Amino acid sequence: MLNKGGEVMDINRRKFIKFGGACALGLGVMPLVNVVASNNPKFLPSSKALAGNKWGMAIDMSKCDYCNDCIDACHLAHNVPSIGNTKEEVKWLWTEPHENALPYQSHDYVDESTKNRDVLVLCNHCENPSCVRVCPTQATFKRKDGVVMMDYHRCIGCRYCMAACPYGARSFNFSDPRPHIEEVNKEFPTRTKGVVEKCNLCDERLSVGLPPACVEACPNGVFTFGDLDDPNSDVRKLLASSYNIQRKISYGTKPKIYYIV
Amino acid sequence: MNNSRNIIIGIAVLVILFSYPFWGSFGKSAAAPDISFNTPEIQSLAEAQCIEDAEFMRGNHMQLLSDWKVSVVREGNRVYVSEANGEEYNMSLQNTCLECHSNKDQFCDACHDFADVDPTCWTCHVE
Repeated sequence: MLNKGGEVMDINRRKFIKFGGACALGLGVMPLVNVVASNNPKFLPSSKALAGNKWGMAIDMSKCDYCNDCIDACHLAHNVPSIGNTKEEVKWLWTEPHENALPYQSHDYVDESTKNRDVLVLCNHCENPSCVRVCPTQATFKRKDGVVMMDYHRCIGCRYCMAACPYGARSFNFSDPRPHIEEVNKEFPTRTKGVVEKCNLCDERLSVGLPPACVEACPNGVFTFGDLDDPNSDVRKLLASSYNIQRKISYGTKPKIYYIV
Repeated sequence: MNNSRNIIIGIAVLVILFSYPFWGSFGKSAAAPDISFNTPEIQSLAEAQCIEDAEFMRGNHMQLLSDWKVSVVREGNRVYVSEANGEEYNMSLQNTCLECHSNKDQFCDACHDFADVDPTCWTCHVE
């Protein structure tokens, strides 16, 4: 270190350590300064966005007449391909036979109407999602409003999440899905070869104040959507007044899709 | 040294091959792309004003798009407040950027081809 005259300054160990300490203090204080200094946030939620702490849904299959309007609306809104090969199919919202969807409620003497009924299934947007725990890149994560989301940019296609999900709610793109999309919705991206995808609880619709596409499309009121944290929400009122079950609760994933029985 | 002739010829050939990209294009310059921003959508605007000024966008659009993606997907934000004009914009590549810049072959591809970068935006995002 040089002083004004250009001579070598006498710096001893004590001065050097003091100087280093001052620098370290400055670095430590910097994040605080940044917090105070940042003025207007550049990114804002839309003023129309639906506010909720814990989005959930109740499904009443006794009202369903299997018109497929919900599935069509979902697949059109999200560019879900129809691959036509069960090994490679991409599933966001689909039906499963009762014994597969709700295996613990299925036994030899289930009444005929229940036994023969297909059940609408989708991602359960679990409170404790196993897919999120296993994802090595944080491509899938739970948002603070409870939606289990995917960031397709980060997905490396390892498919751990598919192995971890007990509900089969995740699908892998074994090939480019674009040729299998009949009508491309230009407002929503497609996916690409090599990523996993699933239902996003219509995050893009919630953020502009609309309910999920399946809820809106259903002519019979099968779906009841709302904030599970709000005791006055439609979904909480329905759950409070009718017996309801969830899929495979023994895994401890705490699903947020409820089935009215 | 045995075989010195062959070794020296071999080394010379390798040096020429590996340095070809440098001297092969020396003194030549590829013509910068001539880009038109005239789309019907931009012409119909009262004031042709991008979300930020052109200089900033030219240098930082990739970082901006990445920040948008993180904010939209992870935090559920959808609105970007412009630093240039204070206006609010929907954070969306395919619904906001390409709405005005509807000529993707000019607006995106011309420069990316020139700079030999190959971003993978369009394998998912719809033009």
